[in-house]
Amino acid sequence: MSASLNRGVQAMIEQIDAPMATFFSACVHCGLCADACLFYTETQDPKYTPIHKLAPMRRVWQQEFTFWGRLLSKLGLSKPVTDTELSEWEPLIYDSCTLCGRCSLVCPVGNDIAYMVRKMREGMVAAGHAPQGLKDATRRSIEQGSPMGVTIVTLKAHIKHAEQETGLPVLLDREGSDYMLVLSSAEIADFSEIIPAVTRIFHQAGLSWTMASDGFEGTNSGIQIGSSDLAAELVGRIVKAAERLKVKYVISPECGHAYTALRWEGPNLIGRPYPFEVVHIIELLDQLRSTGRLRTEGLDNTRMTFHDPCQMVRRGGVIEQPRSLLHMIAPNFVEMPDAGMQNWCCGGGGGVSANSRADTLRHKVFDRKKAQLDAIKVDSIVTSCSNCRNMLEDGLEHNHMKLSVISLTDLIAEHLAEDDKQEAGKL
Amino acid sequence: MNQHDTLGERLAQQGISRRAFLKFCTAMASMMALPPGAATAIAEALIKAKRPSVIWLSFQECTGCTESLTRSHTPTLENLIFDMISLDYHHTLQAASGFGAEKSREDAMQEFFGKYLLVVDGAIPLHKDGVYSTIAGRTNLDLLQEASKGAAAIIAVGTCATFGGIPNAKPNPTGAVAVSDIIKDKPIVNISGCPPIPAVITGVLAHYLTFGALPELDDLGRPRSYYGETIHDRCYRRPFYDQGKFAKSFDDEGARNGWCLFELGCKGPTTHNSCATTKWNGKTSFPIESGHGCLGCSEPNFWDAGSFYTPLSAPTVDMTKVVAGAAVAGAGVAAALSVADRAKKRRAQQSHEKLTTKDL
Amino acid sequence: MNQQTLLEFVRGPGLQIAAVVFVLGMVYRLLQLLLLGRKKNLATPRGSALRGGLRTMWHRSIPSPGLTSRGYITVITGYVFHIGFMITLLFLSQHIELLSAVLKFEWPALPPGLITITTIVTIAAMVTLLVHRFTDPVKRLLSDYQDYLTWILTFLPLLTGFLLKQGIGLGYQQMLIVHIITLELLLIATPFTKLAHMLTTFSARWYNGAIAGYKGIKV
Repeated sequence: MSASLNRGVQAMIEQIDAPMATFFSACVHCGLCADACLFYTETQDPKYTPIHKLAPMRRVWQQEFTFWGRLLSKLGLSKPVTDTELSEWEPLIYDSCTLCGRCSLVCPVGNDIAYMVRKMREGMVAAGHAPQGLKDATRRSIEQGSPMGVTIVTLKAHIKHAEQETGLPVLLDREGSDYMLVLSSAEIADFSEIIPAVTRIFHQAGLSWTMASDGFEGTNSGIQIGSSDLAAELVGRIVKAAERLKVKYVISPECGHAYTALRWEGPNLIGRPYPFEVVHIIELLDQLRSTGRLRTEGLDNTRMTFHDPCQMVRRGGVIEQPRSLLHMIAPNFVEMPDAGMQNWCCGGGGGVSANSRADTLRHKVFDRKKAQLDAIKVDSIVTSCSNCRNMLEDGLEHNHMKLSVISLTDLIAEHLAEDDKQEAGKL
Repeated sequence: MNQHDTLGERLAQQGISRRAFLKFCTAMASMMALPPGAATAIAEALIKAKRPSVIWLSFQECTGCTESLTRSHTPTLENLIFDMISLDYHHTLQAASGFGAEKSREDAMQEFFGKYLLVVDGAIPLHKDGVYSTIAGRTNLDLLQEASKGAAAIIAVGTCATFGGIPNAKPNPTGAVAVSDIIKDKPIVNISGCPPIPAVITGVLAHYLTFGALPELDDLGRPRSYYGETIHDRCYRRPFYDQGKFAKSFDDEGARNGWCLFELGCKGPTTHNSCATTKWNGKTSFPIESGHGCLGCSEPNFWDAGSFYTPLSAPTVDMTKVVAGAAVAGAGVAAALSVADRAKKRRAQQSHEKLTTKDL
Repeated sequence: MNQQTLLEFVRGPGLQIAAVVFVLGMVYRLLQLLLLGRKKNLATPRGSALRGGLRTMWHRSIPSPGLTSRGYITVITGYVFHIGFMITLLFLSQHIELLSAVLKFEWPALPPGLITITTIVTIAAMVTLLVHRFTDPVKRLLSDYQDYLTWILTFLPLLTGFLLKQGIGLGYQQMLIVHIITLELLLIATPFTKLAHMLTTFSARWYNGAIAGYKGIKV
């Protein structure tokens, strides 16, 4: 059975669990979710109201799982969901939603709308309705190992460079290490300085760590396009590598959806618990800080702020740690308005960045981030997600704003206490 | 003394002063909400009125209506009325009995055919051809049908005759019905109440004698001037209702303070009668004033309207068992339907073909 | 059927029918939703789903910060409506007589004059919400016939109760019959419409809180 409407509807039926059905039942059409969604606030277009994005799946729920819905369906009095409708809803579900989860915070009856969008995507992709850019990225992930086409060859080149720069070894496939680091393609391709940065930090901390040549990519396009089958395949690679190397911890990189995929969805995707623990790189750095194994010196006096990546903070639970780390070295740190749990999305998460059709809309909604930044007038933004970094840089450029965007890990690494810094150049 | 001489002649013979008579007519006019000048019109009409024949038939009744009418400590205005009519047949009040009484009745009906007033109290049983209540070997139904043929109008007195009353209450083993359920071709006035207020009967009679017509009736056939308002609208305890001050049990502090009896089941708001204004026993009191809620006795089916002590806003049936049963049933339905739900999801899971890049 | 027997029907079997449909329907609805179940979460928890669920059930009643003006209209008017409705329903003596007959316990009433005020305020809030639903583009897009039907069914008991108490319009007996019928219609419609949110709000908040609480996030 190829992608078809029926396959999509059956996938939606599979996805309807107690929370989904309860959310559909509880919705009172109050529209407060629109106030939380930057795609609505920056365009004032009601079609971007979060719960409205769920309309086709709501009909499936009604017709398949409610008393009156079943009755009217049997009597032929209800309108089944059509392929045209799904096609109409595709841009709503994929271009104007980053799974950021602000709507889930605001809904007065308690609907977790981001959870709902994630599940509706299962039906959309099974029916063949997903943005071409995201489809291509997913295909590349499965077939080539990375949505951006980054291979082990590229990684090895960066590793060699990092070893030269730091004078420290970066070991691949070392069985029995405590920690296995995973990276995101965006880091390897655009921000490879992360590799020497973590090398130095882990050396200071005396961490036993490695990377897997067959499980180094954390970005999970399967989650973004909404296919549990494909997402399981991708996360399975990391799990297999971690089990092969018998590590105790897998480090999830500075990437939003990689954390969601690896830490929270992973075991459910592969159908069993991990024999190892997953920790976000920032969680790990903060643990090292609090046990005295991460020591910094000097201060960065730049007026700076932190952009909370949605999947790390609001959907991931790593909220205070970046601040604890920044307080070590940034005396001029200021929070932007709505920082923390209420932060506004960079606009490019959840697959939107891979979808060029959504570029115009994404640029438009960057106005919200711009407003947050204009309110505090900083010189740089620190963040912990490479996709956010790219999106922020793109948005800032588009708006002719001269702020620098910095990785938190890089910033910490720059200020590592003297005895651990090598000569060969700063980043 | 001629039984059918005029009222004026009769009153003069009894030594009733003109002043007393005019006072009576004024009271009548005001109770019927007629303009002041009507008192004189009533007086003039009544003086000249020839006392019409009245046949009073009693069927399934307790005689309470007659008791109400005739119970008095001193000669009252009500008694005067009995001087305005010639009561040619009445079980309780007549002197004659047996065949003699029946003959009087038949003679009066024949002589005044088309002109006599027929008064009925008590309900009429219909089951088993009406055998449950007979007089002189004839069923009530038969007597009523015969008597109504020559009646100018029928006055149904008491809730039994007007709406069926006690005999008509569940399970109604005798098949009791009201007068208006049987007679359809004569004007009927319903003077309901259990018993009715005596002044209402006399007022209707006075109206008939004065104007030669029955007073304006409501949709249940009751004289609008007496039954047009509810007890609630004229109740002296209404301010307490409006303030939310209710007696919660008999003889509690609220009751002793004379507070509203709504929570003790008073049916005042849905009961049409003049008890709150005209009162009983020569304006002595009425049930609410004596501390008991109105039973709603002038309304149809008041015996089957739930307990007298259940407030109007409360259910008249048991709810708790019904609700508990519904909850259990709901759980059962949910369990059953959830089996279907899970089967549907399982089928969807089983038909799930793993998505591959070929599908993208 | 005369008015008296109609009154006895609505106070008797009519009320039973409405109560049965309401209770059966709501229990069925809630249980059927819960019985759809959730797949067991195999990820290592950081926090407690139970505590998260319990917390969000009440915490979500605190309005979210950072709403726009249209959001504040909805929240504030919505609260005025809900609170006003609950006070009107629960604290008028006559209503307590009805509820205590079912629940078998009583509670003190508020002065009827105060209830008159809450009724008027609640009606005003309802009208405001209806106007907003018509004029706000987001709500207009989201609304279907059910939103308007449930508004009418919720409005009628308030309106008819007010008219009954104030003696406006029909006589007491007729208006009482109408008022009880509007209540029965509301009860019957509740399990099958968004009105079920009187219960499902709490289970939805529970799931939201549990999903986040598992991850150690307070929502």
